[in-house]
Amino acid sequence: MSDRLPGFSTLAVHAGAQPDPTTGARATPIYQTTSFVFNDADHAASLFGLQAFGNIYTRIGNPTNAVLEERVAALEGGTAALAVASGHAAQVVVLQQLLQPGDEFIAARKLYGGSINQFTHAFKSFGWNVVWADPDDIASFERAVTPRTKAIFIESIANPAGSITDIEAISTVARKAGVPLIVDNTLASPYLIRPIDHGADIVVHSLTKFLGGHGNSLGGIIVDAGTFDWSTGGKYPMLSEPRPEYHGIRLQETFGNFAFAIACRVLGLRDLGPALSPFNAFMILTGIETLPLRMQKHCDNAKAVAEYLAGHPAVASVSYAGLPSDKYNQLARKYAPKGAGAVFTFSLKGGYDAGVNLVSKLQLFSHLANVGDTRSLVIHPASTTHSQLDDAAKITSGAGPDVVRLSVGIEDKEDLIADLEQALGA
Amino acid sequence: MNHDAYPDNYIRGILNSVKSIAMVGASPVNVRPSYFAFKYLAQRGYDMIPINPGHVGKELLGKPFVASLSDIGRPVDMIDIFRNSSHIMPVIEEALTLDPLPKVIWMQLGARDDAAAAKAEAVGIKVVMNRCPKIEYGRLSSEISWMGVNSRTLSSKRAPAPTQGMRLSLNRMSVGGGDTAASDRAAKNKSEQS
Ligand SMILES: Cc1ncc(COP(=O)(O)O)c(C=O)c1O
Repeated sequence: MSDRLPGFSTLAVHAGAQPDPTTGARATPIYQTTSFVFNDADHAASLFGLQAFGNIYTRIGNPTNAVLEERVAALEGGTAALAVASGHAAQVVVLQQLLQPGDEFIAARKLYGGSINQFTHAFKSFGWNVVWADPDDIASFERAVTPRTKAIFIESIANPAGSITDIEAISTVARKAGVPLIVDNTLASPYLIRPIDHGADIVVHSLTKFLGGHGNSLGGIIVDAGTFDWSTGGKYPMLSEPRPEYHGIRLQETFGNFAFAIACRVLGLRDLGPALSPFNAFMILTGIETLPLRMQKHCDNAKAVAEYLAGHPAVASVSYAGLPSDKYNQLARKYAPKGAGAVFTFSLKGGYDAGVNLVSKLQLFSHLANVGDTRSLVIHPASTTHSQLDDAAKITSGAGPDVVRLSVGIEDKEDLIADLEQALGA
Repeated sequence: MNHDAYPDNYIRGILNSVKSIAMVGASPVNVRPSYFAFKYLAQRGYDMIPINPGHVGKELLGKPFVASLSDIGRPVDMIDIFRNSSHIMPVIEEALTLDPLPKVIWMQLGARDDAAAAKAEAVGIKVVMNRCPKIEYGRLSSEISWMGVNSRTLSSKRAPAPTQGMRLSLNRMSVGGGDTAASDRAAKNKSEQS
């Protein structure tokens, strides 16, 4: 019982899980149930009033999901987490706690195309106004701050081009503005980058990608760093003011440094409803046990593939932060010394047509709209994930018409290179 | 004691050894944090004494309210203070007149008074500040994991299913305070500003 710090791989296998109290089952059971019986009326009232720890209904919490939550909280170094149905659901639930209609949040312009759409269109209809800033120009974040700014949102490694964001610099801007920094850590996973160590207040993930890692289950998660003081100035009434939904509880006062995670659960998930299936939670948990092994292999393969492509005559440019010549290599060395991730883009001298041709000729790489699978994946963002953006926005988000995105899997790298060789050569 | 980051063994030792807890500022209003903590600690088997001069003559979950620490009339192991930082010192001064002295003085989430803590520590009393004993008990037993909280403990042992009124084992392997270091740092910065 010494206070010894277990390493990341130990946490990836053990955190949050223990043998099932009832059966002794060692793997985390799938608690495939909608609801949980109460001991008596008082127990029920205590649970509903948030006075006791325990399960009520799977839309609010589930024991399988709770293991996943604690595991990711431990891996990220957060105080608590909340699992939800998808990465996009995580983003809605987080911002619902922070923004009132008419408020603003600042987002990095380089983001997953689906997030750009969600922020631009869906959130606008809630009255949440996104203000874009350029992650390569920190001052653009400072300039974007107004009295209505409630949060800053960035990706640690940005989809699609794998560029690295200077989290510490942007966290300084957030701290000065008195707003939390939200980091989407999907493409890095906590194995490569732990944004909380660099000043993030909230971390979100699409668990669908590297954390689940096998391309079989959607999921999302919100991690509370426990670092933000929600009580100042009534700026975050969901956390600081008495909540009528809970007879006047103030969440920050009651739950301290994990109040944000509780708010997401009892005001977000409970009322908006994007609950994660316990089956998906089980699949994702199983994936996380091998995260350190997979992630290292993903990165090593990605580097080998990027180096190969950089030397190929048909390739105009490769955007991979792990290459010493890359614009983001300095930041990669600082933030992701174990590897710069496995999602990156390259452009072909032959432009749009060459991209389409390459995708159709590849035999091992699968042409689909996902990243972070064991399998290697390829896509042409301009015609798919980023197709709803206008041409200028495509280029600023790194998805111009000549760009192909890879998510490099954990196959043998020689086979991946051979596949690219035959598809590029012919 | 470093009051910015307590080793789990320190908290575990306190929660494993104290039996009676006098809660200063216990509220009968069932959405107040003190009510939450009082009810939970009573359910986990602690001998709870509610202190609140405004409610003498009434009971909190079956325990009669007592006006002040001096009126308890029997030894208590721990005093848990649900008052703002600015109201801590008089409570500590009163606690130091008790005979025998309490073994532990605990200040709730958000409450911290380093000068008052130093006075208590000078006479051998253990002090915890800016923590909640309910949360710490839930964390070290991992019961709080049901809410997605990082318990910062690991165990490969099969624990009994918790039932009403049961004492839970707090003797799980600790991951140490380090994995929520960011949160501890933020709390420290805040206490330095205020
Ligand atoms: C960086 C990033 N964030 C968020 C998402 C959205 O996640 P989900 O598809 O699980 O809703 C994705 C999905 O591609 C992503 O790549």
